[in-house]
Amino acid sequence: MDQALKKDLKVFATKLRIGAVEAVYSASSGHPGGSISIAELLSYLYNVEMRVDPKNPKDENRDRFVLSKGHAAPGVYSALALKGFFPYDDLKTLRKSDSYLQGHPSMTYVPGIDMSTGSLGQGISAAVGMALSAKYQKKDFRVYTILGDGEIEEGQVWEAAMFAGNKKLDNLVAIVDYNNLQIDGTLDDVNSPYPIKEKFEAFGWNAVEIDGHDFDQIEKAFNEAKACKGKPTCIVAKTVKGKGVSYMENECGWHGAAPNKEQFEIAMNELNAALKELEA
Amino acid sequence: MADIIKKATRDAYGEALAELGKVNSDFVVLDADLAKATKTGIFKAAFPERFFDCGIAESNMMGIAAGIASTGLTVFASTFAMFAAGRAFEQVRNSIGYPHLNVKIGATHAGVSAGEDGASHQCNEDIALMRTIPGMTIINPADAVEAKKAVFAAAKIDGPVYMRFGRMAVPTIFDDSYNFEIGKGNLLKEGSDCTVIATGLLVNEALIAAEELKNEGISVDVINIATIKPLDVDLVVSSAKKTGCVVTAEEHNIIGGLGGAVCEALSENYPVPVIRIGMNDVFGKSGDGAKLLHEFGLDAENIKAQVKKAISLK
Repeated sequence: MDQALKKDLKVFATKLRIGAVEAVYSASSGHPGGSISIAELLSYLYNVEMRVDPKNPKDENRDRFVLSKGHAAPGVYSALALKGFFPYDDLKTLRKSDSYLQGHPSMTYVPGIDMSTGSLGQGISAAVGMALSAKYQKKDFRVYTILGDGEIEEGQVWEAAMFAGNKKLDNLVAIVDYNNLQIDGTLDDVNSPYPIKEKFEAFGWNAVEIDGHDFDQIEKAFNEAKACKGKPTCIVAKTVKGKGVSYMENECGWHGAAPNKEQFEIAMNELNAALKELEA
Repeated sequence: MADIIKKATRDAYGEALAELGKVNSDFVVLDADLAKATKTGIFKAAFPERFFDCGIAESNMMGIAAGIASTGLTVFASTFAMFAAGRAFEQVRNSIGYPHLNVKIGATHAGVSAGEDGASHQCNEDIALMRTIPGMTIINPADAVEAKKAVFAAAKIDGPVYMRFGRMAVPTIFDDSYNFEIGKGNLLKEGSDCTVIATGLLVNEALIAAEELKNEGISVDVINIATIKPLDVDLVVSSAKKTGCVVTAEEHNIIGGLGGAVCEALSENYPVPVIRIGMNDVFGKSGDGAKLLHEFGLDAENIKAQVKKAISLK
């Protein structure tokens, strides 16, 4: 990847983390760990991969994005705010009763959100429907969805995967945020969905496993997905839950907890230091 | 009686989709491996490229419907009522209802008249479930004519619609001149002693009961409520004011369906005695659909009996 682009994407990812953590802190609730584990993936999607326009968020030919793991809303809202879909300062209104920024994504209220999600397993079905509609309408928009690795314990995910494979929806990319943590512990402690890549392959998908924080690997995976004809692609993106905030990393307790003031300040110091280093 | 035309509302549903397909190119149809039974197969034969079989995966079908609808098309999604409203309730609630998408659910084999398949397939809970979803329109047509008109009307309105169809052939009450309007009930007979409010295949039973009651000197209003949500509260209340008592009749649990909706409307506007006819909070069983209706009291005989009881409560 071009080094200047890579730097820009890293800066965006770091700013995305800052916005997401600020939002969760302001709300005193929410899901920081899984919001910032996907910062690089969202940075690449919103800056390189997806054809979306903040000035025309309902353009019928736009690429679609469905956050199937809807609890990572702070991450996506932060990306949308940074792209100008709505004012950045509004992130601080997350989850408040007078805000349009719902705790989980709402396509009714939030500009740039293409599907209301939050109940796990349902987003991928909607993404499949969008991809099917693009084929049916002979439109060239592509559909992207991010799932949690714990989320794929939901049976509906595999109903959707089976259908997408059968219908050869090569305009669909599902990204699994593979951080090996869910609320009650590690995935294999709770209910192993492993092996993930092989499961998607068995359902007729092209599947690749990458480091979800490495932009070279992210770029390669999305380009391969685009080149792959006749199959949807699953990108199993190995990530670190809570990536970028030292005390949140690999701690399942930070799945759904907001930092206190002291913890928030530590997070901001770390992320701002990282940002300064990138921009130096 | 030989001239009475009998037809299942599910047949009318399939035919209506195929007819609508000719004049409206902005919708597609989904099914979950039941196209022959739900009659969406009629549409599939006419427009194979606009039909998608999602297989035996109703939850996923509702999500796919939501995704397609989000791209600007209207979607008719069909399966048995048990699986549409029951199994896929939360998908209908969260993926379709919450974002208020243009998904029209064609739910067939509703109620105990589904017959021989037994209780596992006889959905007597769907109206109650769907009523609790904000913005959901619910239509339970009384005959094939109303069913067809409901399909055309559902395609025209914005937002989700749940249409409830039956397996069994039922007498046709309306003719083509019937003006169906979502949200409007019809006063089919006028009387003064009691109001009978019926929906679905119980409407015909209510009309029979009204005729027979007339011979006993009892006159009743008979109201057809096809749109259970939004309920035609004005019509229900004005009739209750006139007659002073109400009997509701539906092929559904007495909890949460038409009876529930009418009680809610009357208790807040004009409380009068109400007797609910329906499945008395029990599961059905295998058997001939028509026989089961009689066995569970979903017939003119029971309507007559309950009308007399309601009058005695005034």
